[in-house]
Order: sequence, then structure tokens, then C-alpha cells
Amino acid sequence: MTGPGGALLKLEGVYTNIGRYRILHGVDLDVREGRVTALLGRNGAGKTTTLRTIMGLWKARLGKIVFAAQSIAALETPQIARLGISYVPENMGIFGKLTVRENMLLATGRPGFAQAYLDRVLESFPALKVKWEQPAGSLSGGQKQMLAIARAMIEPRRLLLIDEPTKGLSPAMVDQLVGALLRLKREHTTVLLVEQNFRVAEAVADDVAVMDEGRTTHSSDMAALAANHALQHRLLGLSMADSA
Amino acid sequence: MSGDWLGRINRWAPYALTPVIALAALPAIGPGPWVTLTVAGLTMGIMLFLVAAGLTLIFGLMDVLNFAHAAFVTLGAYMAVTVLRPLYGWTSEQSLALNLAALLLALVAAAIASGVLGFVFERLVIRQVYGAPLRQILITIGALTVIEQLIIVIWGPQGIPLPKPAALRGSIFIGSSSIETYRLFALCVGLAVALAMHLFLTRTRLGLVVRAGVEDREMIQALGYRIRRVFIGVFMAGTALAGMGGMMWGQYQAVVSSQIGDSMTILVFIILIIGGLGSVGGCFIGAILVGLTSNYVSFLEPKLALGSNILLMALILLWHPRGLFPISHH
Repeated sequence: MTGPGGALLKLEGVYTNIGRYRILHGVDLDVREGRVTALLGRNGAGKTTTLRTIMGLWKARLGKIVFAAQSIAALETPQIARLGISYVPENMGIFGKLTVRENMLLATGRPGFAQAYLDRVLESFPALKVKWEQPAGSLSGGQKQMLAIARAMIEPRRLLLIDEPTKGLSPAMVDQLVGALLRLKREHTTVLLVEQNFRVAEAVADDVAVMDEGRTTHSSDMAALAANHALQHRLLGLSMADSA
Repeated sequence: MSGDWLGRINRWAPYALTPVIALAALPAIGPGPWVTLTVAGLTMGIMLFLVAAGLTLIFGLMDVLNFAHAAFVTLGAYMAVTVLRPLYGWTSEQSLALNLAALLLALVAAAIASGVLGFVFERLVIRQVYGAPLRQILITIGALTVIEQLIIVIWGPQGIPLPKPAALRGSIFIGSSSIETYRLFALCVGLAVALAMHLFLTRTRLGLVVRAGVEDREMIQALGYRIRRVFIGVFMAGTALAGMGGMMWGQYQAVVSSQIGDSMTILVFIILIIGGLGSVGGCFIGAILVGLTSNYVSFLEPKLALGSNILLMALILLWHPRGLFPISHH
């Protein structure tokens, strides 16, 4: 198995097609245990496809996907989820007709909640407590994103895949989400975070991988990329120096 | 402020539609016939709901439009014939207990036969055409023809009488209104099944998974639930409900033929569209609306009876283009 700091998730030469179009052209990626890895890249680089391929929602045509020393490329999505991988999609995947409580309950593998985890989640996202019995469809965009992340945190997970959680949120909501992600980081939860907002990625990530045209073009410590403005500019089209 | 009120009215209006139509019909029809027609409409609606509920869940969960659903209705009706014939002694007695026992056996047999055939049908036919709508339409229409022809081979091409049990014949009178006893029975059974279904969907974990799966099939799988297995169960339950609906409809018509399922098909699809594809609550309200509208219009303007439900559907779609209670991803 893997130890702290070892690769919990490893992608080697992963190719994925959507219909007739090849989207991933040989993705290589290591997600180390107990660390937050940011997956960056321009729109259309293949970040979301990578997460969906890991979850088995789109099947890899070629390549290896290994999680905790087990090949998962051929597994069905529910089997992958049951290995302890939680997925927060870009559209949040909230069940709007169900209440907040029911949405959360679906993410537990038992009839009720583990109190310690419920307390932890509601402490991170107190707004959800107020809306507990309301239909999730009535929540604001930010609250829905909180619910999506809270749902992924309600049980102990080995790996969280989170796709652009701050997209379209107000600065206050972004701060709250960053707080929750930092909490996950302090608890040594392994996270693969797709993020467009470089400041958010820099604040929470230990490691970074950059994608372009369906390939990983760079992997390093986050700190190394954050310190190298020229590299940011080359890989991402802008740097922290530009945006400051 | 006015926008807030408008929003509330718009949210509650679909719920108010049924009572509004019923009350609007009262002065035109008159109180005596109105009670009779309303009970008849509710009974017709609840039987249609039994047939439509399974179909809407099957569509909601897996985007499968099963045009062979009518075959399970027909099978249920013929199972009633098969079970009730040897129990003629029970149904011809003026004993409510014996009559109900015979009907219960027929209902259970119809549900089991249709449910088992539904399981086989899902494994052999539906499983091959997931995600291929055109092939689904072709293969399920073809399967409908095959199953109906098999039914004719087994039970014959002629309509078979299915007389109502002795204690459920005739009518009871409330003032100047007469209400057929069998309709009251069918209404009670239908409401009991609808209540059981509601409790299953809202109070059990499996029901929660079904409701979530109807909204977002992909996400429920990403949470670790094997939606295909859930779907098999829902498909079986849906076809079993269709069988029960067919049994009760056959008994209501007092004659069973191989077209009994087909005769409900158009109404069932109208209900699905009115209610919002995939919505069980919408299906219930749609079924009651169709039942009441059919009965009121047949009484007031018989020439319009055939087109009244299509007109109702068109008006509702102009108001709510995705049906009264649409499910998000459909």
C-alpha cells in the first residue's frame, strides 16, 4: 500500500475519448497521500475529463489508473466510489428536490450520521444547519457548493476529487471554501483539486500539476511554481505578478 | 414584493389546478351528477396512476421510454381472468370478505406475473438498448406486439368477460348522486397503493436513492450506488404496478381483450407529459386531472371527449413547457 507522502493515486499515459474526439492524450499524474494537489490549466486543457476518467464516468481508452496499489481503470463508478474516493463535480451534483439532510445522508454508508463528522461539517459550513430541512434546490449557488463539499466530507474518505469549487462564487464564499479546504489539508486529507483561481490553488495546495491540450506539462511543489512567475506565464498564460 | 407573490402563486398553482377544475365544473354539471362524475374521475385517475407511475420512474431513472409497458397492463388483466375464473364461487357469493379475498389474489397474481415478466424483459431486451433512444422505441414497440400476440395465443383473440364480484356490483346513493360500489373499491385500493409508494419513496433509504437517481443518475453512482441494480428493482415494481392497474381496469371494464393495455397508452403518455417526465408526484396529479377532465367533458360535451385530454395537455404545456413538476435534468 502507500505511506504518507507516497502516491495514493497514479495516472500513467491515460488517454480518454468522448465520442469520436480524443480529449486526454497521455496524462501522467501523481497524487500524494495526505497532500492537496492542484490540477491547473487553461479551459479545455482536460482537467475535468481527468477527474471524470478517474471516477470511471468516462472510461480511459489506454493507460493505467492506480489507486492505493489497485488498478481502477476498468472498475465501474460505484466500485471506485466505494474504495473511498469522493467526487465533487463542477456542476456540484446537488439533488435539488431533496433536502440538505437527505443530500448529506446519501453520502453516508449508513442509516444515520456519524455525529463527530456531522459536527465537523456543520462547523465548517454553519449555513447548512439553518437550511437543514429545506430543498437543496432553494439554496444559493455558494450554499450549494458548500453542500457539495460538505457531502464529500461527511464520511472519512481516502481521496477527494474537487472540480472548480470557487467558480462563480462571491469573494466571501470563496474565503469560506478556502477555509474548509485548509481544514481538510490540516487533517491530511488527500485532495485532487481542479481550480482556475491560482490564488486559491496557491493557498491550499502542496503540489501542482499543469495540463495543456490533454497532457500534463508540468508537476512540482506548489511553492516552486508560485515562486516562478516566468514559469506560471509560460504554463498558464499569466502569473501572480500579472494579476497583482 | 409583487415578484415574490407571483413566484409563490406560480409554485402553488399546479397543486391548485385539480381542485380549481373540479370546482369550476360544479355549476355547469349540477351537484348530483358532479359527485358521481368526480368519484368516477378520481377512480379512473388512480387506476391510470398505477400504470403511469412505474413508467415515469423507469424513464426518470434511466431515460428508458418503454412503449411495451401496455403489454404488462394487458398481462395483469388476463391474470385476473385466470385467477378469478376458478374462484367464481367466491366472486358470485354476496360475501364481501370472499369477494375481496378473490380480488386480492387476482391483484397479487397480476403484480407477480407482470413483475416477473418485467424482470425478464429488462434483462433480455431493455439492457441491450440503454442510451439508445431510437433503438429503445423500435425494440419496445416490437416487444409490445410480440407479447400481445403471445397473450392471444394463450388466452385467445376474443374478449373475455370479467364480471364484477357480487358484493361490488350496483351503486350506493348519496342524496341524488349514485356511486358505483366497484369504483369506491378501486379508489381505495389505488389510494392505498399510491400511499405505500409515497411512503417507500420518502421514508426509506432505497426510496431516497431512487428519487436522487431520477434527478442525477451520474452523481448517485459517484456516491457509490449501483443504479443499474436499483433500476432493475424499479423496472420490476413499475411493471408489477402496471399489472395491478390492468387487473383493476379489466375488472372495471368487465371485459378483457388483448387491446386493453393499448387503450390506456395514449392517456398514460399524456399523464407523463402533463406531470413532468420522471416525477411521481406530477404523475399522480396528472392522472387525477386526466380522469376528472375525461369524465366532466364526456358529460358536458360528449363530442369533445376524445380530444379533451390532448387539449388539456396542450394548455398545460403552453403554461409549463416541461410539465407541471419537471425533474431538473430532463
